Parts: sequence; C-alpha cells; structure tokens
Amino acid sequence: MADLAIKSPEMLDEVTPRLVQGNSTYRSLTEDISRIVEKGTPIQWWMAFLPSVAIAGMMFAMLGYLVITGIGVWGNNSPIGWAWDITNFVWWIGIGHAGTLISAILFLFRQKWRTSINRAAEAMTLFAVACAAQYPLFHTGRPWRAIYWLFPLPNTDLNMWQNFRSPLEWDVFAVSTYGTVSALFWFVGLVPDLATLRDRATGVRAYVLGFASLGWRGSARHWRHYEMAYLILAGLSTPLVLSVHTIVSFDFAVSLIPGWHTTIFPPYFVAGAIFSGFAMVVTLMTVARWSLQLQHLITTKHLENMCKVMLATSMIVGYAYGTELFIAWYSGNPYEQFAFANRALGPYWWSYWAMVSCNVITPQIFWFKKCRTSVPIMFVASIFINIGMWFERFVIIVTSLHRDFLPSSWGYFRPTYVDILTFIGTMGLFMTLFLLFIRFLPVIAISEVKGVLAQEDHVTKHGHGAHH
Amino acid sequence: MPLFTRQHDLIARAATALLAVGVLSGAAAYAYFSHPLVIDVGYQPHQPVPYSHKLHAGNLGMDCYYCHNTVEKAAHAAVPPTETCMNCHVRVKPESPLLAPVRASYKTGQPVEWVKIHKVPDYVFFNHSAHVNAGVSCVSCHGRVDQMIEVKQVQPLSMGWCVDCHRNPAAKIRPTELVTNLAWTPDRDPAEIGRELIAQKKIAPPVNCSGCHR
Repeated sequence: MADLAIKSPEMLDEVTPRLVQGNSTYRSLTEDISRIVEKGTPIQWWMAFLPSVAIAGMMFAMLGYLVITGIGVWGNNSPIGWAWDITNFVWWIGIGHAGTLISAILFLFRQKWRTSINRAAEAMTLFAVACAAQYPLFHTGRPWRAIYWLFPLPNTDLNMWQNFRSPLEWDVFAVSTYGTVSALFWFVGLVPDLATLRDRATGVRAYVLGFASLGWRGSARHWRHYEMAYLILAGLSTPLVLSVHTIVSFDFAVSLIPGWHTTIFPPYFVAGAIFSGFAMVVTLMTVARWSLQLQHLITTKHLENMCKVMLATSMIVGYAYGTELFIAWYSGNPYEQFAFANRALGPYWWSYWAMVSCNVITPQIFWFKKCRTSVPIMFVASIFINIGMWFERFVIIVTSLHRDFLPSSWGYFRPTYVDILTFIGTMGLFMTLFLLFIRFLPVIAISEVKGVLAQEDHVTKHGHGAHH
Repeated sequence: MPLFTRQHDLIARAATALLAVGVLSGAAAYAYFSHPLVIDVGYQPHQPVPYSHKLHAGNLGMDCYYCHNTVEKAAHAAVPPTETCMNCHVRVKPESPLLAPVRASYKTGQPVEWVKIHKVPDYVFFNHSAHVNAGVSCVSCHGRVDQMIEVKQVQPLSMGWCVDCHRNPAAKIRPTELVTNLAWTPDRDPAEIGRELIAQKKIAPPVNCSGCHR
C-alpha cells in the first residue's frame, strides 16, 4: 500500500497550501497591511485615481444632461423601453453578490480562505450597488421626486401608494435592504482594524480613526459582542445573497413577455450574479495583490478557489441557457419558440453568441490546474466573464423586447453616446470609490487574517495530519 | 492618555442629535417647499395687457365660452386671438391707452404674448372637453375667475389633487349647461346632484396610470 502519511509540514503545505504564506507574524501582518494606508501616496495611485475621477465626472455630466433634457437622450424607445439602463443596473447589482457571498455564506460555512478577500469584496459590493442605483433613479427622469415614487411615504402630493404587487417595488426594498445590510456588515468588520490603525496614528488622523473605531479597545467583552454582531449580520446577509437577484429576476419573470416569463429565472440570475461577482473580484484582486505587494496574503490558493467557484457557476448558467432553449421547444408555445430562436439566430445573434462564448466556453479552461493558478490567464478570463455577463443581461432585456407581438412595433436598439458614456462613467465611479478605499482603509481584514494565522501555526506546530 | 474622554461622549451625542434634527427638518422642509400647494398656488404673473376677468366675466357677464371657445370640443383650452378682442374693441374704447398692445397686435398680426398660468407637466394629458362635458365646472380648477382682476392659480393642480376628485367626483359634477356659471349655488346637496348625473351619464373617471400618463 502506498504511504499516504504526511510526514513534514512541507508535505502538508503541498496538499493544503497555507492561507498566509511567508514568515508572517502578527506584527508583520499588521505592518504589511497598515503601511499601505500609512505611507505617502504612490504616484501610481494618482495615475489611476485622476482618470477615474474624470470618468466619474463624465457620468455626472451625462446624468445632468439627462435630467435637464429628459430621458429621451438614452436610446430606449418603444418597443425597447428598457435597454442599457436596466442592463447596467442588473450587471452592477450582480457584481455585488460575490462580496455578500464571501462575507456571509463562506463565513457561516467556516471557509477560512475568505478572510483575506472579504474586506475588498464587501467594499466592491457597496460600490457596485452605488453604481447600480444610478440607473433606476435616473430612469425616473426626475430623481428628486423619486423618493415619493420608490418609497411608500405618506404624502398629499400624489395621494397614491406604490403598486405593492409590482416586482419593481419589491426590487426597491430588496436593493435598499441589501445596500444597508452590506454597509453595516462592512463597517462592523472594519472596527477592530480601524482601531489598529488608530493606535499607530497621531494627530488629526488618530482622532478621525478614533471616532470611526467607536472606542474599540479590544477587550474580551468587545470581542464577544463583535463576534456576535458579525454572526448576526452574516445570518441576515445570507438570505440576501439569494433574495436580491431573485427579486431582480422577478422584474422580468413576473411579466408576460416571451423570453422573460420563465420560472427558471431566480436560480439562473442568482448563479449568474455570483459568477459575475467572482469574476470582478478576480479582476480587482489580481491587480491589487500585485500593486500592493500582498501575494503572501492573497495567495494562489485564494485565486484558485475563486476560479473553481467561477467554473461551477458558469456551468449552472450554461445549463440554464440550455434549459431555456429546451423549454421553449418543449412548451410548444410558438411565441416562446420564436423568442428563443430569434435570440440565437435573429438580429442580435452576435450578442447571444458573445454571451455563450464568454460565459460558457471561456470558463471551461478552469478545469485545468495550470489555468486556475496562472494569474494572467485568470485575469483575462475574468474580464471575458464580465463582458459575457453584461451581454447576458443585454440579451435577456433587449432581444425579448425588440420583437413585440405586433410586427408593426418591431424595432432595433441602438445606444446613444449618452448611454455609452454613462455606462463608462459608472466604471469611473466604481474605480474612484475602490481607489479611495484601498488608499484610506485596510484592504485586508487584519484581525481575521490573524485568526487564520493562529490556527495554521497551531496545525503546523502540533504536526496535525502526521499521525494519520 | 486616551484620545477621547468622557466629555467627548456628550459632544458625540449632541452632534448625533443635531444631525438627526438637521436631517429630519431638511426632509420636512423639502416636503413642504416642493409641494405644489406652496410653490404653485397663488401664482399670478403680470400679463402684457391689463385685461380684467372681473370686468368681462363678472361685471359684464360674458360667458367663458365666448373667448375660450374650444373647451367643450378639444383637449386644449384656447386663449383667444386678438381678433376676438377686436370684435368689440373696434367700437368699445377704441382709443384706450390700456388697449394699445392689443391694437398693435391686431395691426401687425403678432399675437399678444399672454403668460400661461395653469400648467401641468408634459407627461400629463389633461383633456378640457372630457371634463367640461362630464359637468366639471371651470370654478373647480380655476376658482372664481369672474372675481379676479388678474388671474391667479388657486388650486395646486398636483397629482394628489387630481386623484382626489377622480376617486370621488360626485361633489364636483353639475349639469353641463351650468359649467360656466361660476357663482352657481345648488338648492340641495351638490353631491346628490352629482351622483344622479354620474349614474345617468355613466361617468367613470380613470384612476389607473394610463388615464393621464401615456
């Protein structure tokens, strides 16, 4: 019989790579992560930040133009009443899902590898929700009145409530709950790390960080309350991972439009959201770990795990594409059959096949360990997946609308320059917020990584596994 | 030496309370100052001609239809052309200096630029003929124009205000021939008259979105 015993820590490392690599100690971890925000602003940061701010400014200029002129500056028009705006909304909301999954579900399942990526992924969630929120808000045309249209506030101005039977109203609740809980979760997780930074800071900085860390002293009582609060917030966030995109999918599934009216939408949308979210985390983290010198904390194992998640969710999404086609045929409904044949072979065939090749074919490379562990390959693949998931929403929304029941109302959507610049602008907003985040806040949860380090030290020193 | 002492708790609490009060009063101020009752009611722009509705519609008893002659046939209530004024004013006060802009308009063909007072947003499709033929009097929306020297807005024309009447129109429905009689006082409960007319004419004001927004 082959000798399967693990005889040395090196062998163990090969089987289960350690989550914190190099000769890290508690002190060096604090040092490595804190110095990113403490040292002077690197020139590269400015080189990334200034264009991002300019692009974000362009978004606000475009939105200002829209408010002054009217939403006709976007390309949507009958029969395509929803186009890039809702496509971008769903795309951004979906991207946020990886943050919540990593912070909540992986926490409850005791997946220790989440610790070095959860902070950045949660930040990404918040910023993605901020980008997503622009679209429904500005699609109302009069965002300063939208508070009465979106939220059930008593008023004598409209004398009318929202339609509570409408999934669009459920969406308001789903997304606002999601944004609130994600922000709380993120902030609560930040408190011990802000206190660490506070203790190293002087002057005004110390006061600002001291205020933000809410008087954290790291006593046993503080930790007990902190961990309970964190667990409760993880519990609250877990259903949100599933519910938010389920309700986003209801915006379509509850309607009667062929191509939208399908029961598969909720799980299909949730899987797609997690898929796109992980792709965005990989895109950002591969760049961040390289530029911030954090390869020993965000290790190949972390990246490989995320590639596995992408592979799994890609398969779910691919299965959903197949199911849609099968059900369209099997239902015998001519409208449904037309909608799907038209999707793959009609005037928007290019977007359908862009979607399939990016979302289903590209991730198949992750069957190979070489691809799962190669940073350049996964970076490129993650960008393809981001593009593919955008096309998925575009395909669902625009191809279903452009062929009405009446051939006299058929149309073809073309984005205007305002559509395009607004979308590029939200990426600028996202990058601006993300760059501010890595400049001013600890990009990795220091206290949580220390917890993992403690456990791994324990395992190595006591030769865990050697007596099997 | 801690960064913050116990005194700072008081400052933090006071600041939080102040912030909360600030946000709440900001929200209240927004709700109040953006309300059509506040920003629209009482709008009384200066008109290019000192035309008195009180004199014409009140003292002289001219019918609204004489000048606003499209209201029972069209969605739009016509503002009369200069020629309508000149029907009388070629003989009545032909030399009055107050009428100089009207005569100038008549001569050149350039319309008098009356300032529109009652506005609804461009996404609201208001139809005058539907309301007039149902028996909604001018007075319900425009007030006692026959007592106004210069016309001003008396109702908010907000959606809530429209919807209130659409949900419960009885008190505002009167026989069609009395629509322009702004001073009309019924001898019995106006809602009772309204209910009879609603039943008789099968009046059903829409309360769905596309009734007014298309």
